[in-house]
Amino acid sequence: MNKILTCIVCPLGCTLEVTKDESGKVSVSGNTCPRGAVYGETELTNPQRTVTSTVRCTDGTIISVKTDRPIAKDKMEECMKIINNCNPHLPISVGDVIIDDVFGAKLVATSNS
Amino acid sequence: MKDLVIIGGGPAGMSAAIAAYEQGIRDILILERDEKLGGILTQCIHNGFGLHRFGEELTGPEYAWKYEKRVRELGIECKLSTMVLDVSENKVITATNETDGVFTIEAKAIILAMGCRERSRGALNIPGTRPAGIYSAGTAQKYVNIKGYMPGKNVVILGSGDIGLIMARRMTLEGASVKAVCELMPYSGGLARNIEQCLNDFNIPLRLSHTVVEIHGKERLEGVTIAKVDQNRKPIEETKEYIPCDTLLLSVGLIPENELSKSAGIQLDSITGGAVVNQNRETSVSGIFACGNVLHVHDLVDFVSEEAELAGISAAEYLTSDLANKTDIAVKATGGVRYCVPQRITEGKDVTVYFRVADVFKNVCVKVLADGKEILSKKKLKLAPGEMESIKLKAGMISDVKEITVTLG
Repeated sequence: MNKILTCIVCPLGCTLEVTKDESGKVSVSGNTCPRGAVYGETELTNPQRTVTSTVRCTDGTIISVKTDRPIAKDKMEECMKIINNCNPHLPISVGDVIIDDVFGAKLVATSNS
Repeated sequence: MKDLVIIGGGPAGMSAAIAAYEQGIRDILILERDEKLGGILTQCIHNGFGLHRFGEELTGPEYAWKYEKRVRELGIECKLSTMVLDVSENKVITATNETDGVFTIEAKAIILAMGCRERSRGALNIPGTRPAGIYSAGTAQKYVNIKGYMPGKNVVILGSGDIGLIMARRMTLEGASVKAVCELMPYSGGLARNIEQCLNDFNIPLRLSHTVVEIHGKERLEGVTIAKVDQNRKPIEETKEYIPCDTLLLSVGLIPENELSKSAGIQLDSITGGAVVNQNRETSVSGIFACGNVLHVHDLVDFVSEEAELAGISAAEYLTSDLANKTDIAVKATGGVRYCVPQRITEGKDVTVYFRVADVFKNVCVKVLADGKEILSKKKLKLAPGEMESIKLKAGMISDVKEITVTLG
């Protein structure tokens, strides 16, 4: 299997060529950094994305949040539902954990209340 | 009287203030029109900021917070919710806020860090009615990310700049249906990674060489007519297509916000829309500096911070030394290079010249000429208008020169 991908790890946006041979070994070329190689491999086998969004706190304040690590790409929609149903209490500071576990990641605040 | 007044408390203003403080300047004041520091970063809740400066991927608010924390630690004075109305050539600033009313401050040095604004529908002259539902992408971003409102459900986006792409994803994640992103040019102005993760991830079509030719709806937007454009960017009649939608987002470019620079009599560059500066980011008015998106629109905030540091250090130097800056070499852009910053440089110093190209070029050489003679040539695989480039000039290369030209060959 052979796939051409655009790396999303950084703003460079390298064009990656990812190949999976018969034994299941994945090789990546076109990357300029080691993180690109990791991205190419996971994108082919188990694509993942960091989700960033906002939550509405109990008093109506809007706080921006992110998953502290990428989650499975096909779980993004479900993740958004969980984020939009959560209603945390103030005060909140950058780095506070809002939800302990969303598909293997922590949901953390990225702004202050 | 203040030693240094910085207009704008976004990434450029905060970074300039910190740099000036670290050079020993203590009497610093930041004037910010919003109620908090951080500028546009506070609404850019997506990640991808800070890879160059911090080696980690931060969201906009997190990047801004790193600087805000430092500004607070250092005790740098800030006046928030304060709008600067005028800056004069002799560095008197007129500003207003709720507590002080209209007031003036005299400054020994000023750093302009007001950022940029979005091009509006008016600047595009799209024909049709004037219904509700047409927003600049940044305004929609503020509604969604700061206020928590959704501006609409069925969206068409005109322009494939990064803000438009980011908003395509954001609106989709919040439940809207993004029908298409139309781009007048045959290529996107946005980063490749954003096309991938904001459009392709959600199967949003990117219609290159397409534009909106008509807006429909009386009270609320009901739809837009889009059409393919020919090589001269003129719409082709037979390709007209109606897309029903209640929201049109415009992501059609940013313009440095230089009303105050004009009032101070600062010479502006007609291409960048920002001030003409020397390598210290000093404008044509001695002691007034400019940095960040008010000077020229940057691709990454990391580069804004870097440039603002340079302006902060230079302002500190201006305040503490008597040395007048001798800037006698003009830097010109020609032959495929659209603009250069700085536009003037001094002999005897290493300098990095930043530039943008006018079109997509493959396998070209960036050439630097000193009074017509080639002094530097650098091969580039690909150059695109969406990506700012830079070239380093060593002090030794530029002695006894009147004019430096950056060109492609």
